[in-house]
Amino acid sequence: MLLASLILIPFLGSALAALMPQDARNRESWLAIAVAVCGLLIALALFPQIASGEVLREEFAWLPAQGLFFVLRVDGLAWVFAVLVLAIGLLVVLYARYYMSPDDPVPRFFSFLLAFMGSMLGVVLSGNLVQLVVFWELTSLTSFLLIGYWHHRADARRGARMAFTVTATGGLCLLAGVLVLGHIVGSYDLDNVLAAGDQIRGHDLYLAALALIALGALTKSAQFPFHFWLPHAMAAPTPVSSYLHSATMVKAGVFLLVRLWPALAGTPEWTWVVGGAGVCTLLLGAFIAIFQHDLKGLLAYSTISHLGLITLLIGIGTPLAMVAAIFHILNHATFKASLFMAAGIIDHESGTRDLRLLRGLRHKLPVTATLAIVASAAMAGVPLLNGFLSKEMFFAETLHVGGDRNWWMSFAAVAMGMFSVAYSLRFISIFFGTPAQDLPRDPHEPPRWMRFPVELLVLTCLIVGIAPGISIEPILNIAVHSVLGSAAPDYDLAVWHGLNLPLFMSVLALAGGVLLYIVLRRHFDLQQREQVPLIHRFNGAQAYETTMLQLTRSAGWLLRRIGTTRLQSQLVLLMLMLLVVPPILAGAPPAWTRIPLQDFDPLFAAIWAIGGACAVAGAWMAKYHRLAALALIGGTGIVTAATFLWLSAPDLALTQLMVETVTTVLILLGLRWLPPRLESVDTPAQSPTRVWLRRSRDLLIAVGGGLALAALTYAVLVHPASDTIADFFLLNALGGGGGSNVVNVLLVDFRSFDTLGEITVLAIVALTVYALLRRFRPAPESAGVPPQQRFEADPASRQTPAQQADSGYLLVAGIYMRLLLPFMGVIAVYFFMRGHNLPGGGFVAGLIFAVAILVQYMLAGTVWVESHINLRPHRWLGFGLVLACATGLGAWLFGHPFLTTHTAHVDWPLVGELHLPSAFVFDLGVFTVVVGTTMLMLVALAHQSLRAHRLPGEEAQAVEQGNADGRAN
Amino acid sequence: MELVLAIAVGVVFGSGIWLILRPRTFQLITGLLLMSYAVNLFIFAMGRLWVDKPPITPTAGVDPAQFADPLPQGLVLTAIVIGFATTALYLVMMIGARGLSGSDHVDGEEPRE
Repeated sequence: MLLASLILIPFLGSALAALMPQDARNRESWLAIAVAVCGLLIALALFPQIASGEVLREEFAWLPAQGLFFVLRVDGLAWVFAVLVLAIGLLVVLYARYYMSPDDPVPRFFSFLLAFMGSMLGVVLSGNLVQLVVFWELTSLTSFLLIGYWHHRADARRGARMAFTVTATGGLCLLAGVLVLGHIVGSYDLDNVLAAGDQIRGHDLYLAALALIALGALTKSAQFPFHFWLPHAMAAPTPVSSYLHSATMVKAGVFLLVRLWPALAGTPEWTWVVGGAGVCTLLLGAFIAIFQHDLKGLLAYSTISHLGLITLLIGIGTPLAMVAAIFHILNHATFKASLFMAAGIIDHESGTRDLRLLRGLRHKLPVTATLAIVASAAMAGVPLLNGFLSKEMFFAETLHVGGDRNWWMSFAAVAMGMFSVAYSLRFISIFFGTPAQDLPRDPHEPPRWMRFPVELLVLTCLIVGIAPGISIEPILNIAVHSVLGSAAPDYDLAVWHGLNLPLFMSVLALAGGVLLYIVLRRHFDLQQREQVPLIHRFNGAQAYETTMLQLTRSAGWLLRRIGTTRLQSQLVLLMLMLLVVPPILAGAPPAWTRIPLQDFDPLFAAIWAIGGACAVAGAWMAKYHRLAALALIGGTGIVTAATFLWLSAPDLALTQLMVETVTTVLILLGLRWLPPRLESVDTPAQSPTRVWLRRSRDLLIAVGGGLALAALTYAVLVHPASDTIADFFLLNALGGGGGSNVVNVLLVDFRSFDTLGEITVLAIVALTVYALLRRFRPAPESAGVPPQQRFEADPASRQTPAQQADSGYLLVAGIYMRLLLPFMGVIAVYFFMRGHNLPGGGFVAGLIFAVAILVQYMLAGTVWVESHINLRPHRWLGFGLVLACATGLGAWLFGHPFLTTHTAHVDWPLVGELHLPSAFVFDLGVFTVVVGTTMLMLVALAHQSLRAHRLPGEEAQAVEQGNADGRAN
Repeated sequence: MELVLAIAVGVVFGSGIWLILRPRTFQLITGLLLMSYAVNLFIFAMGRLWVDKPPITPTAGVDPAQFADPLPQGLVLTAIVIGFATTALYLVMMIGARGLSGSDHVDGEEPRE
């Protein structure tokens, strides 16, 4: 659990942080600090084991059937990265406390930041590749949320979108790559994958896996040609830039490459893909950085260039290059995080980040200036600072690659070194010169604790730079040994290696850089240049926007070309597919074995002659006479119910009959709101030929579909049934479920989870219907009282429905029905009680009960019923669902799985022994939900007619009011 | 019997298809009703036809071959009830769309040509 808590604590902290009030800046930062300190303490507690070379693992079952486990794995590399994430995180939250303005909604900020911390720890600690990708995408997501933190700003939204599109797309590539890797190795476990390096490199799919994984890593680490998202991500608050976009998240890409080095590296392809991207990036990034006018933009391009340096080292792939890569990851994190924080301080204090405005800040910000200058020196690779050491190792490696003849790599390295010196000079130039007078704010030193993280990081740069052997070497050793294993080289982190070629290159880079800066400043108008010379046409961001625009445009075009908003054409296609696709997908038909058929019964044929005729006639009449069509289709429904009864399905027959009843009432209630048939529409401008063609086509599809289903049904019916689980249900219903009606036991016991889902759907549909009807606006011409009710000669038309039932022409029927209510209630109870053993059950009983109430509504009218019975269908719904769930949960109390049934045998006086399965209570829940659903829907629909009676009066009043006003005027 | 049921399913299904290809919302709802009958009967028929053998086991230790298949019955039972709920939902959409658009055409407007 120790490793799991390392990831869990930040996520818990994130949830907690989200719940705090808007202005809780202090509490938020204390919480975040506590989370980071907790994580650091756990990590430090693991140090002795890690230092002794152990690999710690924790496994949790995830999808054990698929061989997937949630694995947390800590080796040296993961540990070093985890400490990096936590330590920089701690400093960043401290810094953010002072950076964030009291007006910013801080709970969101700290919540996202902690969620990112958890995701990033998830990436570094994952021992399973699929799980790693999940956390990887989580870091993209949290990065998106953090870049877009000030979402009222267009640049923040744009930057967030761009970063997310690029990194998440890369993440998808990574997922594909990981799946290929898993396919090659046969396991997603990191240990297995790392051990199978030769197998992977020899496999046909190696190149595909390498390309996909490289795409994931290169997009994440902002490598050419995907580097353009990082400068736009600078719209994020500076603590985010410092944390995600320099020290940690962008390192996830290079981390992954280092992680998978034993599995993938060592081939020419690896060097070309990874090293090629690296060398392009480091030159491009460093060159562009010189010409930035935004403080953070300069740092962003410099980050891109340094990431390119690391990628190139990984691409070179020799053991010593790997040492340099890991070393530079750590060094870059320290100096770049501190530089971003310094940039944030300058922005915070002076109100601008524009390099063209900022001058002479050392007078106002002496301490910050000193710190930033030292950190920039580390970035430029000045001796006695940490950047110098790893950069010199880099120079040495480039010499090694080319051998004696090929010097190109070394030239590129020195050029990059010169550029980085030049942009570092550009960065520190803001501290020198005469103090600027036109700054938005008068700068002064920041609060003590806002500067503290910078001080600590710069101190680290110095310590590592001066005494690497005692400060960083032990930690670096741990990481290196975990990656390289026995291939770990001997190396010596010393400041002075004697007069050699790398030192000469360093000196050359330093001198050349200074010279370059001076030349640019003097002769090329560096301070005022609008564009990056030579390569300003290669604008990745522009290409990205163009691609996005084209995609949107072509999607719209495609939709216009092959899509339609008309329902009929969609349905025609759907039906055609129904006819065409199954024969294509189906294989050869099985052998035509026949089973003994049921004897032909003329009566059965006769009822279906009626049923079929009803269906066809209904299909014809639906256009001309809705009521007749409804009655005819009801006839087919009755025949269907009779068929169920005939063919040994009494439960279905009962249910079908009751559903038939409520459906008919339902549609009758709805018919009122439909317009009369428009005779004129049938003969509009459409030519008769077209109409005839369309109808023939539809008829053809209908006949074809009918024939196909008939043939299929017949083919199935004459074949013997295959073995199903039916026998199990039949054998165990009585013994295991305590009921002899297998269908009911199936519903409330064997498959009760299914039924629980179903009644939930019922409840949702009922509520949806209710909600839709609350907003229902009838068409004007059907809003009033219908003509049938306005027939003045009929005395009933002057009575309200309640009067009709109490003293009008419905008096007799109304009283009969009132007397019938208790009987129907008893019948409902009867069908419910016997349901477990004989046909019946919660569904049927619920429908019967609903019909009993419905009958009252129909005869006595809504007003009368509701003044006498207080039904609250919503409560029935809620109560039924609670009852069903509670029954299921009750099984947990006894240590059984959800919805396990228990049958109690109770001896009741007079009644005798009674079986009381808990499924009975579940069935009661079903009953209640069915009653609630039916009542809610029908009553809501019936209430619409009441409005019709109200509306004309109100309208008349309004008109009278208008007339009165008119006269008054 | 088998042939009668097969033809019945075909006729009802065909009528349903014809109706759902019609332009009026009421025709569509009746078409869905008919199609659901046909499909329910079809699923039910997957358990083959049994006369006078309802799946009600009065005693333990019965011969499963002597009873109708309870599984399709259970599935169809829930399908019938869900079918009712979706019919209600469709009905409300239908009258709501008519109120909003003033037309009972499935596209919410009379076709223009």
